[in-house]
Amino acid sequence: MKNFLILGGGTAGTMVANKMAQKLDPREWRIQLVDKDENHYYQPGFLFIPFGLYKPEDVIRPKKNLVNKKVEIIFADIESIEAEANKVHLRGKEMAIPYDILVVATGCEIRPDQTEGMMTGGWRENIHDFYTHEGASALADHLANWEGGQLVLNVTEMPIKCPVAPLEFLFMADWFFSERGMRHKVDLVLATPLSGAFTKPLASAKLGELLESKGVQVAADFNIGEVDSSKQEIRSWDERDIPYDLLITIPTNMGSKAIERSGMGDELNFVPTHKNTLQSRDWENVWVIGDASDVPASKAGSVAHFMLDVLVENIERQIKGQPPKPNFDGHANCFIETGYERGVLIDFNYDVEPLPGKYPLPGVGPFTLLKESTANHLGKMSFKWLYWNILLPGRPMPVSNQMSLLGKVN
Amino acid sequence: MTLTLPKKLDRLELDEDGFMLNPEEWSAEIAEAIAEGEGIELSDQHWAVINFARDDFHNEGEAPTLRRIIQSVGISTKEMYSLFPGGPAKMASKIAGLGKPTGCI
Repeated sequence: MKNFLILGGGTAGTMVANKMAQKLDPREWRIQLVDKDENHYYQPGFLFIPFGLYKPEDVIRPKKNLVNKKVEIIFADIESIEAEANKVHLRGKEMAIPYDILVVATGCEIRPDQTEGMMTGGWRENIHDFYTHEGASALADHLANWEGGQLVLNVTEMPIKCPVAPLEFLFMADWFFSERGMRHKVDLVLATPLSGAFTKPLASAKLGELLESKGVQVAADFNIGEVDSSKQEIRSWDERDIPYDLLITIPTNMGSKAIERSGMGDELNFVPTHKNTLQSRDWENVWVIGDASDVPASKAGSVAHFMLDVLVENIERQIKGQPPKPNFDGHANCFIETGYERGVLIDFNYDVEPLPGKYPLPGVGPFTLLKESTANHLGKMSFKWLYWNILLPGRPMPVSNQMSLLGKVN
Repeated sequence: MTLTLPKKLDRLELDEDGFMLNPEEWSAEIAEAIAEGEGIELSDQHWAVINFARDDFHNEGEAPTLRRIIQSVGISTKEMYSLFPGGPAKMASKIAGLGKPTGCI
């Protein structure tokens, strides 16, 4: 009997488990999945919790209901991967788990401890994150009673999970405070290490215009050095200060500490990965999917989904003794919520930046690219159903995993 | 972007922000010239960073991030900002002739 081991049961790991359960012969392969948390979180929903549009309980389901019954789930902390011995050590368990093939899907996490002063005064009081279930829920309580002032959204450093989420937060905040009749009491500021709203030129210009139209000030090239909670200021390394009444932070995003303990990560604990095959650059029988990898694509569920078919095909090829195919093109696709029940859709890959035009989708689309529309908002909101019912179970989605130029205008 | 370069280097291909388009054309002399154009006089510490950035680019195919430079060279963020004012990773990459670092998303 051979062992197929998956580390991490988030979006990527759950999809891999369900897909491999359809593919692998149970007489030959045992599939195991390790995760520390019994709950699965619909992370795109975290954005809506602070504004009361989703309740914290709306985005949680038990993992055991989401994973194919052929897969054995082990709830435990990963101590380390011993890749040279093909085994994984779990915290508090004497027996290591051996594997023939390993899929690393340990994701990334926020690390507020990486910025001086961020956690030493005001954390979860007037300094909040919304990238965790706990953080988004605490922020909802805070915003419900907040009386206004300067709201600063700070992106600490790149890369971050879902790089459009900070912008979406500001668009939503503009709408939220307007609806409550207090927009005039709130100043919205984006402090970002990027030179503009986003990394890709056309999208950055378009999203920059949207921020401006909603009265959001942008402090570009702002690399935070410390939070001074006694003065309620954030300070950049080049000594610019921005005062805040409410600081919403996107802390440094790093890969799992288990990757660091295993000596398998780069300086941010991301696993060096072939960017087109998704095979580990160091170990042939180790594959990496989703946020855990160091490939230069967005850290987002859509990217993990587009990686899935390439990863699964390459693993099947490895089992048959064939070389991997370099078919992952860095495809990402995101609905950006812009407030007032409208949204923008962007679609891009390693080589092609987000372009305007139409995004054809049989039966539902076309959606308008790089421009606000109600259909894009509905696309975003209906994604929650698709996520639980189509995406995670590994059923076919009506989109190609490789980006297409069809409908795009250059 | 205008850059005062020694006469024999004036054919260097640069992008609109003064980043070299062709890293193979780089030399120590060019680094000195680019640094001078930015008002920086290169010390041993600058060179430690520049040499690391060149090696890393050679091995990894991209210019290193600030975090990567700090961990690998053993220098603090504060020192990096005083050596390369403005955006240290960008400036180090510029002087090392590596082109503009691509923002990852």
